[in-house]
Amino acid sequence: MAEAHPVGFRWVMKAKERGATIIHVDPRYSRTSAMADMHVPIRAGSDIAFLGGIIRHILETESYFKEYVVNYTNAATIINEDFQGPEELDGYFSGWDSEHQAYDRSSWMYEGVELAESAKMRETATQAFAEKTGAGMKVEHMRSDETLEDPRCVFQVLKRHYARYTPEMVERVTGIPPETFHKVADALIRNSGRERTSALCYAVGWTHHTSGVQIIRASAIMQLLLGNMGRPGGGILALRGHASIQGSTDIPTLYDLLPGYLHMPRTRAEAQSLDKYAGRGRGTRGWWSHFDKYIISLLKAWYGEGATEENEYGFQHLPKISGNHSHFPTMLRALDGALDGLFVMGQNPAVGSQHAGLQRRALAGLKWLVVRDLADLETARFWKDSPEVRSGEMKTEDIQTEVFLMPAASHVEKEGTFTNTQRLLQWHDKALASPGDARSELWFMHHLAKRVKARYEGSTDKKDWPIVNLRWDYPEHGETAEPDAESVLREINGYNIETGELLSGFVDLANDGSTACGAWIYSGSFADGVNQTRRRDAGDLEAPGGWVSPEWGWAWPANRRQLYNRASADPAGNPWSERKKLVWWSEEEEKWTGWDVPDFPATKRPDYRAPDDAEGMDAISGDDPFIMMGDGRAWLYSPSGLLDAPLPTHYEPIESPFTNALYPNVESNPVGLTWKRADNPYNASGDPRYPLVATTFRLTEHHTAGTMSRNLPWLAELQPEMFAEIDPILARERGIEDGGWMTILTERAEIEARASVTDRMRPLRIDGQLSHQVALPWHWGSFATSDAGVTGDATNDLIVLSGDANTSIQESKAFSCDVRPGRRREQSTAKLAGVRETDGKPTSPGRDHIAERPLKA
Amino acid sequence: MSAPVLDLAVDTPGAERMGFFTDTTVCIGCKACEVACKQWNDLPADGAAWAKGPSTYDHTESLSASTWRHVRFVERLAPSPEDRVAARDILAAGGGGGVPDIPAARGGAAPMPSVEALGGAGAGAGAGEMPDLVSMAERASSGSATNGGPGGDRGGPPNAEGFDVRQAVENMDRWIFMSDVCKHCTNAGCLDACPTGALIRTEFHTVLLQPDVCNGCGYCIPACPFGVVDRDALDGRAGKCTLCYDRLRDGMEPACAKACPTDSIQFGPYDELVDRARGRVIELERRGFDGAYLYGAGDEPGQELAGGLGAFFLFTEPPERFGLPAQAESPIQENVVPATLAAVGAGVVAAAGVAVAFLASGRKP
Repeated sequence: MAEAHPVGFRWVMKAKERGATIIHVDPRYSRTSAMADMHVPIRAGSDIAFLGGIIRHILETESYFKEYVVNYTNAATIINEDFQGPEELDGYFSGWDSEHQAYDRSSWMYEGVELAESAKMRETATQAFAEKTGAGMKVEHMRSDETLEDPRCVFQVLKRHYARYTPEMVERVTGIPPETFHKVADALIRNSGRERTSALCYAVGWTHHTSGVQIIRASAIMQLLLGNMGRPGGGILALRGHASIQGSTDIPTLYDLLPGYLHMPRTRAEAQSLDKYAGRGRGTRGWWSHFDKYIISLLKAWYGEGATEENEYGFQHLPKISGNHSHFPTMLRALDGALDGLFVMGQNPAVGSQHAGLQRRALAGLKWLVVRDLADLETARFWKDSPEVRSGEMKTEDIQTEVFLMPAASHVEKEGTFTNTQRLLQWHDKALASPGDARSELWFMHHLAKRVKARYEGSTDKKDWPIVNLRWDYPEHGETAEPDAESVLREINGYNIETGELLSGFVDLANDGSTACGAWIYSGSFADGVNQTRRRDAGDLEAPGGWVSPEWGWAWPANRRQLYNRASADPAGNPWSERKKLVWWSEEEEKWTGWDVPDFPATKRPDYRAPDDAEGMDAISGDDPFIMMGDGRAWLYSPSGLLDAPLPTHYEPIESPFTNALYPNVESNPVGLTWKRADNPYNASGDPRYPLVATTFRLTEHHTAGTMSRNLPWLAELQPEMFAEIDPILARERGIEDGGWMTILTERAEIEARASVTDRMRPLRIDGQLSHQVALPWHWGSFATSDAGVTGDATNDLIVLSGDANTSIQESKAFSCDVRPGRRREQSTAKLAGVRETDGKPTSPGRDHIAERPLKA
Repeated sequence: MSAPVLDLAVDTPGAERMGFFTDTTVCIGCKACEVACKQWNDLPADGAAWAKGPSTYDHTESLSASTWRHVRFVERLAPSPEDRVAARDILAAGGGGGVPDIPAARGGAAPMPSVEALGGAGAGAGAGEMPDLVSMAERASSGSATNGGPGGDRGGPPNAEGFDVRQAVENMDRWIFMSDVCKHCTNAGCLDACPTGALIRTEFHTVLLQPDVCNGCGYCIPACPFGVVDRDALDGRAGKCTLCYDRLRDGMEPACAKACPTDSIQFGPYDELVDRARGRVIELERRGFDGAYLYGAGDEPGQELAGGLGAFFLFTEPPERFGLPAQAESPIQENVVPATLAAVGAGVVAAAGVAVAFLASGRKP
């Protein structure tokens, strides 16, 4: 965190000054470790074994926060009697369909609860929120055992599932010795409970795995058992990696989400109407019962007067997804010649994306490519210079792609908001005019849309309806006709269509077409006609609860700073302790109050008990803090919503030098995404050619694929060359000298790097044998805009295309490799030169490519 | 203690001595200070080149005419077996010096390794010494658990099967970061040596180098005991930190202090900083952390480094680990002033002697 989020780490340092214990778990001893009280070296890819071990320890020693667990989690809920787990099924869960390489998840559900049809199906993408939250659950027959003793209650299922994650097993799998393991577990237990809380911070070291979502789930189980969720100083903080990448998933650039984490509608028959999509008439429980208000308001914002009740507000004109249309399948489609064009905006897949050689080859399959960036970069130059051009594999004169390179404005040259990892929106003004033709994204998309609209004006063709009816009337200002960013934020906030009045929050949204709202979670950011995101008043930090600083910027939803903060009070509505009070029930005022905006219906009494047949928010009792979940409880066990498991289970990465010590029968996550093609080879578990664990990391001095840092001399001189960190024993074994050249090789490619031989990398003992890890930064690519910039080989050339089943996020944090001294002998991707595989029939742009279908290829 | 009266070149009413307190215990090595300084002062990059030196993150290597803040990375790597042999021989012959005697220090955190510790390669016996993993592996392979010679079995790759990973983990020590800068000394060697008056003392008691006056003679360079000021190879003139004189004149804090995310670099009135720094040392002790001391402030008069440093530090290691001297003074103050006084004194005595002799001889003028 000190390296990748140095400014965010300021707060960790302040906590440390106040006496907090900092524990850093990471394959590398990094600048973060230097500040931590404890560094725990871990084998990359073994996090579930570690977290599972802590979970088991907490359960065995009965160190969980019992009152919290019984009242606020689904620990007591009884599971379907057909459910079986990996302990019984040799590494699988019940419902494994080996023909389709996916799970039928109906046996995972709670007993007596009806499961939505869609949740039983094999899927490729983020589940609908009904499945993720159980919003559509019919719970009349749901059973629970508050004594937590029924063998089929979640608590007992959890115990059985993690029974073999003993400290000895943890050591075998992760390399963490039992003494260290106990120090960490004891520190967490000691600092959790009524009086103390512990927080977890993570970033892509947890998400970039084929079991990435399950790793996060394991941390959530741990935090729930310890009673840390919804409490000040507790929680799980996902450290997002860019200034506004949180914003880029909130108002999404993701293919499977609509703004506010509404899911993209699917082509499935039962999803083909607005009613079905919004779950109307399904008796939804919890906050998602208002789903139709969010989607209808969004459609009104987009399609304006064209969206009416009669035409389902234009719902039918939304694109529908039929499979996985994320980055990798899209590039495979391009590689196979079935994608005409691509916009690449502020991204550099030729360096920054997995299997970068394949990415570059894929770009050559496009007819046209539009690249928008601050400077010229590898993605825009793949046709002119790249490892494939240098090796002669690709010839410039044969590449037919027409490439447009459009200059982009930097962040000081445009106005708008950043949404940071805390869900905090902060407005920033434009400070400088951008040079020449450089323009903001807003300008680009706005004027592009205007031209497209002009082209289709007056068309009555059904397919043109969304363009013809697109409501696009943002005011422009200045010489460059820059669209007014605040007008966009106002639309995102939402307004009453007739009066134009800005809404004060998403509770004001209607499902009758009277309101428009660009993103329901951001509603309130322009409340009272005031741009709330401009506020910069930290308030009196010394006052009780002053640390919340509610008038600094604006956080979604509704300026709530801590989600699920109802859990900071006990079932009766009193804070768990004076020291950790955040929100509480005030009997005099008959409402919830406190330092933060309560994440609970303001006047719902703690002693309110929901009738079994209640719907919507009435189905949430006064002591159910997790209001987004259908049962109002946090899910230790996830009965629906995830594709690969209801409980996190240790599997090895797709490429690993080790076999699965816990479940030898199932090496890696069976539902992990892989694309088995000749041009995407990966080696089998334990392949002796690649005995080392490779992992990637980021440096403070550079930023992602390097366009923003390698070209800047002040940054280039701080970290001039690509390097790899290895331990001295490995260096000695291979004859690699510190500061000298070394080559890293995988099944896909080989790259060269300077050797950084350091004791900060430590060999670990995995399953009895000494194991070495190779840590690789990935900021270097083949191009710099001047001699003052720096270039180097791209780490992503090494890594296989693979992904998490739930998110499609790549597994780049753990793979296998070997190293040797000296420079590479040929171009990095020469190994796969000319190797191609076009699966099945060639596809036209209008049809699904096989890579996009919900199957393992 | 307040600074002695200095010869100020600029008089601005209300100005007081300003300085830096750099607390290395909260530095995360992010180098924002280095870049903010270059950006504010529009300094060129020194050139991107992989630094010689063990597995370091420091590729700018030192302060220079165009690097006015520089982050040092102190890696606690164990010396190679060859270095251990050489160091052991030097110590056995009585050379090599010892732990520097710093009045304000509490002995430093890590005393010089003993001969025994050096002899037992990789034993990790010295307090805070990092293990030499290769030597430990070699020891394990040769079967000897104690003071086998540092050479060990070097015939082939080490058999690391007996290697104790747990011990290596336990022995891992700190990685320390320190943002180096011009010390703006009370007795500034560079200022004393400058023949043109390019180097002056500002109203903030900082040492400012005026590039338009500098003739590039280079006298300031050997006069600085800390190796700060240097001459630019292309430009010919000397350059160093100005403590952001232009920003101070506008009531702003220096660029590096503003950029530092953890407040490792603190800026303010000098006396306040010294008080705060002393409190910090005490606070660290209270938390059970021994070995912190102030470098360049809080010393007894007569024991100060260069009369006291306007930009002083909190260290947890001996200063040599950061490439800084245990003792320092302006060479002019140390050598020229006493010599001049001695010469003048001798001249006065000689003149008096001549006068006495003349009078005693009874000669009439």
